[in-house]
Amino acid sequence: MARRRGAGLTATGPATPSVSRRAFLAGASGGAALALAGCATGAEQLFTGGGSGTTVTVAIVSNPQMQDAISLSHLFTQQHPDIHLKFVSLPENEARAKITADVSTQGGEFDVVMISNYETPMWSANGWLANLQPYIDNTRGYDAQDFLPQLRATLSHKGDLYSVPFYGESSFLMYRKDLMTQAGIKMPAHPTWTQVVQIAERMHDAKKGRAGICLRGDPGWGENLAPIDTAINSFGGRWFDMSWRAQLTSPEVERAVGTYVSVLQKYGEPGAPEAGFSECATLYGQGDAAMWYDATSAVGVIEDPQSSKVAGRNGYAWAPSQNGRPSGWLYTWSLAIPATCPHKQAAWDFVAWMTSKSYIKTVGSKLGWSHVPPGSRFSSYQIPQYKKMSKVYGPLTLASINATNTAHPTVKPVPYTGVQFLDIPEFQDLGTNVSEQLSAAIAGQQSAASALSQAQRYAQAVGDSYRKS
Amino acid sequence: MTAIAPPVAATRSARARADRRKQGWVRRTPLLPALVFTIIVTQLPFVLTLWYSLQSWSLVRPGSRQFVGFANYADVFSDSQFRTTALNTIIMTVGVVLIAMVLGVALALLLDRKFLGRGVIRTLLITPFLVMPVAGALVWKTVMLDPTFGIVNFILRPFGIGHFNWIGSLPLGSVMIEMIWQWTPFMMLLVLAGLQSQPTDILEAASTDGARPLDIFRELTLPHLRRYIELGIVLGAIYVVNEFDAIYMMTQGGPGISSANLPFYIYQRAFLGFQVGQAAAMGVVVVVATIIIATFALRLIFTSFSGTEQAA
Amino acid sequence: MMASADTTTAGTGVAAAAPRPVVARKKKDRNSLTWGIVGWVVGILFFFPVLWMVLTSFKTEAEAYTNTPHLFFSPTLSQYRTVFDSGLWPYVANSAFATVVSTALVLLLATPCAFALSLRPVRKTRDVLFFFISTKMLPVVAAIIPIYIAARDLHMLDNIWTLVILYTAMNLPIAVWMMRSFFLEVPHELLEAAEMDGAPLRRTMREVILPVVAPGIAATALICCIFAWNEFFFAVNLTATEAATVPVFLVGFISSEGLYFAQLAAAATIATLPVILAGWVAQRYLVRGLSFGAIK
Repeated sequence: MARRRGAGLTATGPATPSVSRRAFLAGASGGAALALAGCATGAEQLFTGGGSGTTVTVAIVSNPQMQDAISLSHLFTQQHPDIHLKFVSLPENEARAKITADVSTQGGEFDVVMISNYETPMWSANGWLANLQPYIDNTRGYDAQDFLPQLRATLSHKGDLYSVPFYGESSFLMYRKDLMTQAGIKMPAHPTWTQVVQIAERMHDAKKGRAGICLRGDPGWGENLAPIDTAINSFGGRWFDMSWRAQLTSPEVERAVGTYVSVLQKYGEPGAPEAGFSECATLYGQGDAAMWYDATSAVGVIEDPQSSKVAGRNGYAWAPSQNGRPSGWLYTWSLAIPATCPHKQAAWDFVAWMTSKSYIKTVGSKLGWSHVPPGSRFSSYQIPQYKKMSKVYGPLTLASINATNTAHPTVKPVPYTGVQFLDIPEFQDLGTNVSEQLSAAIAGQQSAASALSQAQRYAQAVGDSYRKS
Repeated sequence: MTAIAPPVAATRSARARADRRKQGWVRRTPLLPALVFTIIVTQLPFVLTLWYSLQSWSLVRPGSRQFVGFANYADVFSDSQFRTTALNTIIMTVGVVLIAMVLGVALALLLDRKFLGRGVIRTLLITPFLVMPVAGALVWKTVMLDPTFGIVNFILRPFGIGHFNWIGSLPLGSVMIEMIWQWTPFMMLLVLAGLQSQPTDILEAASTDGARPLDIFRELTLPHLRRYIELGIVLGAIYVVNEFDAIYMMTQGGPGISSANLPFYIYQRAFLGFQVGQAAAMGVVVVVATIIIATFALRLIFTSFSGTEQAA
Repeated sequence: MMASADTTTAGTGVAAAAPRPVVARKKKDRNSLTWGIVGWVVGILFFFPVLWMVLTSFKTEAEAYTNTPHLFFSPTLSQYRTVFDSGLWPYVANSAFATVVSTALVLLLATPCAFALSLRPVRKTRDVLFFFISTKMLPVVAAIIPIYIAARDLHMLDNIWTLVILYTAMNLPIAVWMMRSFFLEVPHELLEAAEMDGAPLRRTMREVILPVVAPGIAATALICCIFAWNEFFFAVNLTATEAATVPVFLVGFISSEGLYFAQLAAAATIATLPVILAGWVAQRYLVRGLSFGAIK
């Protein structure tokens, strides 16, 4: 028998590793017992001592404002001791996928879902969401009229609200006022894309590591496509004509996309093809960019001295618009109750709390006024502390949201609604495909023209399916 | 006597056959629970997937569900993105498995030598395999490869490439680097096991005979390691082909689909487009293709196993 | 530490000439020094991402986002506090339950199965083995919607047992393959001796075979635990609140509006720590088990 190194075989037979085996079994069974005990009663009950009452399961997107709500949710349970809250918090893509899978198959996993003005019109028409209007009318002091009218419009179906806004945003141009003043540049209140490109060129300083402008480049129908779509609209372009023929290779769209891609490649941030909202927020907040065109809710990051080096040094202008029409997008994270929810009143109690005026005051006083969910209610901007803090950007935020027109977002007539997205179910897929092509163009892997011709093919397939039906 | 013999012989052989059949069942019984369990849990979903693949069904467009036969399969084969992601899958699998194996062999040879702190080093070296894939991918994406704040670019800054956009310009490569980092320890452990199961006396004899280390490695060690390397490649390939977490965390398949493999592409069709029928058809095609490729590969492996199988 | 008993030192009986051992030893010392340096460099390089992750987890966000990475800084536990405040323990309990129970099930099912396929070979052994491995070739992504709908119809959504069942099915093929090769390693002499003794199968199994195969079982169990604990796709798609596991917890820290390197690093460290510790402690089982009879 060949002697083998390290095998532990002695000349008389195999060494019995009884100690190790026993230890392993003991450890395994001990661990199993612990885990079993933990889960026999429902692990979560062991730790929170939940008892009787209604459990409301809330699915939300893991953004900072939502995390704030979770951290304050104990205030809600104090007021409603018979309601037990459970949160599922996931990043946006994953949250969307889970929520859509659940609601569309009527899985009933969630009692409250965080959706947006993309899903609400379609899902309310499908009958997947509970009509919230009766609950709203029965809740004293809720004051749904306080919500910004454009938000109310996009979240309603046949005049009734089917989801209520948690926060809303449009888009505008943020810029370093101090740097512009130094360079002797005056930013117009309503800049065109041409002007923005010129300013970006002047402010771009590769040696100092400062980009002329920061723009989203990462793929995703809600990522780079949001600003690009506003550019398309303001250059006079559109996705489909009234006969559902795809228009992505039209001259207007080519000019819009060409401008966006080239300004990003020449004067944009490093890593642009993967840069989304968070990356741009970090870059701009660290002082590595002179301008940033993105959501109005970005002020929560760049004006917060804790996370931003440029707080208090920013100026704000309307979203760049080539044709002078307000081109900012309209987006709102909103809360809805699936039609399958068996305890809608309890679910509504939570939704009402999280979207109420008093919640906004609570967030401001307990966590700081920069944590206030922006752009949902008029009254937020009347609170003295918040009014003072948002002096520079508050009015423009409200004005931008109010100037949006989701019903008629483009110059030429279109068969769809939505400013930075198309309110059709296929858009998540179509938009992601197109945005991936555009991201590749930004990365220099293909020209903007070839990206658009690929995009045209995707869009055409979708358009054909609408023309047939 | 002779008149009685045939019936007795007949019953005896019948009993022997019954005995053998019973023996067969006794032998088979232990494996039935695992087999039945696996069949139920894996084949039922596969049958359902087949059934869905014959329908056109969008989860978000109610009323769109209808039977369309093989139309989805036609779409799959005419989809250029499917071909691209299939190519990506092959590149990723072959690249990751081979490079991880080469590195694994090198590291195993290193760990086979005695030096101070060898145990500590082995502990450090197996860690990447233990790290949760989503955590590892996140760490690589943010802390290592971020163009502005990442460590790799920091180290490369003196060489002038301080702002290279790894995830953007080299998406498939970045994902592959992360996966090679995760799988090398696994290959290393297998090869190390092989090295340490080598009979030392033959090696000693060869070296006393004056053979050079390189020759010893080539003529004695490598053939002995062959089985371990083959197992590593087969197991590694099975897992790497189905890799999802790293792509999901690092690149989301982009830019475009340049770093998407087949599982990720199918995921996009299912959870982004909610096109259940198309995703199902793609899944079926991938299964069939993998089985075909694997049959050839495994036949090669099994021939090297067949000798010892008879011995058992 | 591997017990590398050099069994041949005293055995060769070759009387070496006096000067040769000295020269040989000096060369061996220099070699082992070179290998030592190479070993340490390589080891630290491979471990570096994990090391950096742990370091980052003790930084403040501002510290983590510097253009020049800081090796020295004043550490803070605030990130860990945030992570623990986010209700970590239910997730850990779920992960532990799913991992331990599914691994136990796997061992329970795989051991007799591997036994049948090795020591008492059945016809079509190769076909059965191939079937098991082929189940790992189905991209689970394609089957997730059928599984989701099936789970929903059976009211098994957000139920830890769904994960247990799926993890068992996921690990079973590998376990069967690995255990089979360990069984094949049992020396014939032992089996024949036991058979000649006339011992019943169960006793043979317990007293003769299992002790020999025990390191292999431990290695298999460890591999199954690693894969089950780290599994992400099923967990994120089939659980919500009751049954969510640690990978889901980790992913919940990724916010699309604000990067939090340090917080993520803390969450990632906590998430991966159990398996890393288990792997470190039990690594000798892994190597020993694999070498003790890995491939046949």
